[in-house]
Amino acid sequence: MNAQTLYDKLWNSHVVRQEADGTALIYIDRHLVHEVTSPQAFEGLKLSGRKLWRSASMLAVADHNVPTANRAAGITDPIARLQVETLNNNCAELGVTEFRMNDVRQGVVHVMGPEQGATLPGMTVVCGDSHTSTHGAFGALAFGIGTSEVEHVMATQCLLIKKSRAMQVRVEGDLRKGVTAKDIALAVIGQIGTAGGTGYAIEFAGSAIRKLSMEGRMTLCNMAIEAGARAGMIAADDTTISYLKGRPFAPQGELWEQAVAYWKTLHSDAGAVYDCVIDFDAAKIKPQVTWGTSPEMVVPVDGRVPDPALMSDPVKREGAERALQYMGLTANTPMTEIYIDKVFIGSCTNGRIEDMRAAAAVAAGKKVAKNVQLALVVPGSGLVKQQAELEGLDKIFTAAGFEWRDAGCSMCLAMNADRLSQAERCASTSNRNFEGRQGPGGRTHLVSPEMAAAAAIAGHFVDVS
Amino acid sequence: MRKFTLLDGLVLPLDRANVDTDAIIPKQFLKSISRSGFGPYAFDEWRYLDHGEPGMDCSKRPLNPEFSMNQARYQGAQILLARENFGCGSSREHAPWALEDFGFAVIIAPSYADIFFNNCFKNGLLPIRLPEDQVDALFKEVEAKPGYRLVVDLEAQTIRTPAGVAYKFEIEAFRKHCLLNGLDDIGLTLQHVEAIKTFETKHRAAQPWL
Repeated sequence: MNAQTLYDKLWNSHVVRQEADGTALIYIDRHLVHEVTSPQAFEGLKLSGRKLWRSASMLAVADHNVPTANRAAGITDPIARLQVETLNNNCAELGVTEFRMNDVRQGVVHVMGPEQGATLPGMTVVCGDSHTSTHGAFGALAFGIGTSEVEHVMATQCLLIKKSRAMQVRVEGDLRKGVTAKDIALAVIGQIGTAGGTGYAIEFAGSAIRKLSMEGRMTLCNMAIEAGARAGMIAADDTTISYLKGRPFAPQGELWEQAVAYWKTLHSDAGAVYDCVIDFDAAKIKPQVTWGTSPEMVVPVDGRVPDPALMSDPVKREGAERALQYMGLTANTPMTEIYIDKVFIGSCTNGRIEDMRAAAAVAAGKKVAKNVQLALVVPGSGLVKQQAELEGLDKIFTAAGFEWRDAGCSMCLAMNADRLSQAERCASTSNRNFEGRQGPGGRTHLVSPEMAAAAAIAGHFVDVS
Repeated sequence: MRKFTLLDGLVLPLDRANVDTDAIIPKQFLKSISRSGFGPYAFDEWRYLDHGEPGMDCSKRPLNPEFSMNQARYQGAQILLARENFGCGSSREHAPWALEDFGFAVIIAPSYADIFFNNCFKNGLLPIRLPEDQVDALFKEVEAKPGYRLVVDLEAQTIRTPAGVAYKFEIEAFRKHCLLNGLDDIGLTLQHVEAIKTFETKHRAAQPWL
């Protein structure tokens, strides 16, 4: 048999049938659900009189619309409340497991799922959310879908899709101190662009990737979609297996042994062929900061805001000019001279325990700068929050002047009350710096948790490496 | 799903690369539990001068006169002409819902983000890829000629300009078949219930921990 990529193995083990043009019916093992992209799917299912194919494959949680403060008061926004109640009702009615807002297991869906062991190597994992690529960190085929497809999976346990091309992003060597998975992700996107991965599934490989923790791998795969790739993935190895052991949804006893034996086959074979391979030297990657309104508009922290006048492609130049205007930045400004108004540490990209620890280590014994009006730390789940509090991280943050909140998507997309005001500038550990993403007129700079915490303390970006 | 066969429609240009789905429909409108009514909020932050919230009467809001959607010559447009990587970012199907609800039936761009591209087909919206130079030529013509229309023929896979130039476009056979016939994906898949059940039994026997 020919050498296969990890993607080939995951794909081939889920094909139910195939159309003449290559469109395949793919079986879905895990279906994660949140409140924003599911109500119309549940409604469609009911209106057509169809049944849920396999409610046990589903796991639901409200994350986008939940408040991160004052939860005892419930959700005050009536439209948001209706959406969360709709999820509660749909799940109760159809027998879908849901962690409700006041359950300690509640959290951002892409933090909660892996934490529960609900994402396992070899699975196909979908969710009506583009950051589903996160789960590929476990050697799973995981990708975001639209609401019509959410309904399709509910009714058939399958999806109609075509196989993507395979890209390998190989990162070899050791990362420098203060450089993280987030910086790898931003450096990759900076090089290949936000459409560089369109039509591809990306496998991240190489010695620098193997050395990443599961948290780091999730951060990296999470951002695959920002490079345009619907799926990112990393081979399962001992790091994956030891992370999963003992988690509530992970197999136990003899099934565990059987599963582990299978999971150990979930890597690309020697000699497997990719449609595209891109190499990075880990030692050359510096802490990254975005300067514009697309994740590809990024430079190392010791760099400067680029000058659009030097860009030869007219579409790129106009985009850069528009971005600088929106961001209120001048070409050639050193990144370390950019002052910020707010800080956001959290999200499905960087809301895990390791991120909390990294940010706390930077903030310990320091104070948030006077020009920073709000520095928010939003743990990715109730369990991350609990663990952080056990370790005393909350005390470190609050002593430094950060606010310590409850779990949710929060200011990553500002659907709840956590948001930027017009022209406010934010150092954010989230994944998108689009116009208005963190609030209308808000200006987002994407960075790692270490970089965000250091910017909170200094009041401007600083090089943590 | 609505069928798509042939469209003779007015063209609206949106001359920006990397238009993301947050721009197509901002997050505050995603709180709705309905599938319809997003059209008035399409491109909300670019289209209006004030800040939009769900439930607002958009007919009373101040319009941004510089945004193409608000210009008299483009009223009633059904074809959206866009730049590379259109629809990037969030998977929100509210983006194609908003475009469809506004009145668009076709999008023409050099490239699209994968999830958005896929979501369009589920809503009877045809996203067409044309080479960059052809898209460039269309932008020039649309801007030069008020009332500029194109004829999109899905069966023949062509776009015809008023001058009679025909651009050929590619589309996957299965997607074309579904769009031409207005077929519901779920209904199609459920024709294969037995195949799914057989697969499922085998799959779960091989991986009993699933």
